[in-house]
Amino acid sequence: MTNQTTEQLDPLHDSDSGDGGGGGLRLGGLRMLNSWRTAGIAIPFLILFVTLSITSQPFLHTTNLINILDQQSATLCIAAAGTLVLVAGGIDLSVGATYGLATVVAGEIAAHHSPVLAIGAAILVGLFVGLINGLIVTVFKINALITTLAMSFVIGGLAVKVSGGNLIVLSSNSGFFKFANAQFLTVPSAVWMTLVFVVILGLLLSRTAFGRFTVASGGNAEAARLAGVRVNLIRVVAFTLSGGAAGLGGVIDISRLLSAQAGSGGNALAFTVLAGIVVGGTSIAGGEGSVWRTGIGVLFIALIGNGIDLLGVDPLYQQIVLGVILLIAVGLDSWARQRRR
Amino acid sequence: MSARAFDEHPLQTVDTPGGDLVVAGVSKRYGGVPALSDVSLTIEPGKVHSLIGENGAGKSTLGKIISGVIEPDEGTLTLGGVPLVLRSPREAIAKGIITIAQELAIVPALTVAENVYLGSEVTRGGFVRRRESRRRFRELADHVGFDLSPDVRAGNLSTADQQKVEIMRALSRNASIVVMDEPSAALSSNESAALHEIIRSLARRGSAVVLISHFLSEVLSLSDTITTLRDGHLVRTVDAAGATEDSLIEGMLGRSLSSVFPQKAPVDESAPIVLEVDHLSAPGVTDCSFVLHRGEILGISGLVGAGRSELARAIFRDAKVSHGSVRLGGSNLTGHSPHRSIGRGLVLIPESRKEMGLLMGRSVKENISLSRLDLVSRLGWIAGFRERRAVSKLMEKTTVKAANMALPATMLSGGNQQKLLFARSLMCSPSVLIADEPTRGVDVGSKRAIYDLLVEMAQEGMGIIVISSELEEVLGLAHRTLVMRHGRFTADLRGDEMNEQSVLAAAFAETNAT
Repeated sequence: MTNQTTEQLDPLHDSDSGDGGGGGLRLGGLRMLNSWRTAGIAIPFLILFVTLSITSQPFLHTTNLINILDQQSATLCIAAAGTLVLVAGGIDLSVGATYGLATVVAGEIAAHHSPVLAIGAAILVGLFVGLINGLIVTVFKINALITTLAMSFVIGGLAVKVSGGNLIVLSSNSGFFKFANAQFLTVPSAVWMTLVFVVILGLLLSRTAFGRFTVASGGNAEAARLAGVRVNLIRVVAFTLSGGAAGLGGVIDISRLLSAQAGSGGNALAFTVLAGIVVGGTSIAGGEGSVWRTGIGVLFIALIGNGIDLLGVDPLYQQIVLGVILLIAVGLDSWARQRRR
Repeated sequence: MSARAFDEHPLQTVDTPGGDLVVAGVSKRYGGVPALSDVSLTIEPGKVHSLIGENGAGKSTLGKIISGVIEPDEGTLTLGGVPLVLRSPREAIAKGIITIAQELAIVPALTVAENVYLGSEVTRGGFVRRRESRRRFRELADHVGFDLSPDVRAGNLSTADQQKVEIMRALSRNASIVVMDEPSAALSSNESAALHEIIRSLARRGSAVVLISHFLSEVLSLSDTITTLRDGHLVRTVDAAGATEDSLIEGMLGRSLSSVFPQKAPVDESAPIVLEVDHLSAPGVTDCSFVLHRGEILGISGLVGAGRSELARAIFRDAKVSHGSVRLGGSNLTGHSPHRSIGRGLVLIPESRKEMGLLMGRSVKENISLSRLDLVSRLGWIAGFRERRAVSKLMEKTTVKAANMALPATMLSGGNQQKLLFARSLMCSPSVLIADEPTRGVDVGSKRAIYDLLVEMAQEGMGIIVISSELEEVLGLAHRTLVMRHGRFTADLRGDEMNEQSVLAAAFAETNAT
């Protein structure tokens, strides 16, 4: 009987495995919509999008939409990698500070040396911070929240040291400027890079052995370990990716804005990233989550900000709305986990 | 907050109506799937009423309805003729209905006494009266004959002792109805005996006891009335005096179970040795040595806490080994990670499938392929089709019953969940399998399927170690039985020497008669 039922289902699964083919995407989409987590973010996002399209003339303009994406590039990259950390059962609050450090490192180097060196150094710094975070959390078994919070102070201090507390301003004719602002099909390279990065991380989580191990490590670390998953290694990699993404985000932003300051990013960015991930339906307790939903979550929050701007609503409501949405997202998550028991 | 309200109305003074609890036409569906259909029964004070059935038969659901954890979709409950509507366990407790759950509800950071009086703290003016609660605790402990210190952190206790804490919590509340869901599953036989005495004394005091159990001998010896459930329906309610183990099994399965254990295949003594444990010492394990042959099933018996699971973890290189060696297929097993051990062909099915085995929220497929994703992926990229084909073969071999492999593990019955772990182990094609409590919380039908599987795997050339608290399981399966006590082997029994008497004697032995 078992055999029959699995057999019956197989044809559907087979066509799904047309790796990346049209059929795969369609069926994959269907399966994703089955999940309430998906509906929980996709439906509000669509409603908000349609509402803004109707109520605000400038909203649906290509320029406005590309602008939103351009502004959210760094946040999207960092949140995509942060999703892996959360799914693996950790949390990374140091991304804001790492982002700040990356911007000043890139700025200082780009002012005097080649842009490639600046970009490479900033991303390496991010990766290194992430690696340290991961090692402290796994080897010394210190709570990830405390570790990364403490690290954010250390890194924040380092960033001030690097920049001497000054605002770094770069000239717009350097090659460094092109890194995030080169136009391709009227879309800036920052958006393209973000798209590629998010897609890669999305596939990493959903389609690879590493992704499965990440989910297992966050869902039930003990079970995963006994099943032969190297939980510590997975977590170190997740933290390292998160740090690297913060470095990349920092480079993208300083290239976009041509100015850097040690305090930029900071805890506000770390919490915006976390909010995007959680609103996207990734479980704060680990073991459940998706990168593409995080993308929607980040953009959802960005749309609220954009809409409030465009409609001329008092900006203070943005915070209130964001707080309420966060509570709803976390509430839904814990409700779902209780129901599963 | 709400606990405060309780402090002002101490439970001891709650008037506990002692009438019959009548369950009439109760039904419950989970997401359209009926878990319980039109069940009616009467629970009388002063009697032990057992609910039996396979996993998924609805006995735990019925227990949860009685104890207010879930509300029925249809049907009514009345207590002593008064309609009873329970919206939460708290309301049930207020009516004198206490539950001792399958999963322990202990706060690890609180002391034993604090756990016992949790939610009904002995207070004056909002402050906990520690001395008074300790005194009451001692009285209660003396009364039930448990040897527990009130000031130990509950988290430091063994599972069996934590269960005692739960039982004492129930008793401290003068329950008129006590619902016990698998209370003895984690207890050793002498502790079970103590529990049985408590159940009998509860009934003598006039409480009604609702006992949900897989252990038919326990059910038969304790119960006054036995209700059998199958697929959510009530099969029959009978007087325990007229029931036999066979008649109960027949009622649960709808057919009779010809024999519980498969035929033992003879083991070839000259078969190559697959595992050699030499003077192994680790936390909870002292100087253990044995060899395991290809195709052999080795049983490890002993009381809970004797060091059986610790030995399994030490062999699996998942514990700090202080002395001795483990040789697998002729070479030393080194390193300290399950990853390495699995790579060498040694697999462990841990004692608790929910905490240590499965990812409960993830799919059947993901749970099965977790250990050997490398077999179905290339450069880390999972080949969906190859994975599904491999998983579907393993599901067939281990007779996992699931509508499809995308279903989360939590939707499966206990027996099928356990089979998932066997499927995962099989995928590793190990030379040695350690199965720790392979049938805990598993229904009778699935038990047989798991026994068949173990025997089949041994015949295919695996060396298997079965650790079990169920004596008959070890005796029924193993070619050879090692008995542990205080971390050491106290007996090595083969063939005719293996019987309940000799195993129990060794498990309780005061001296080490190796």
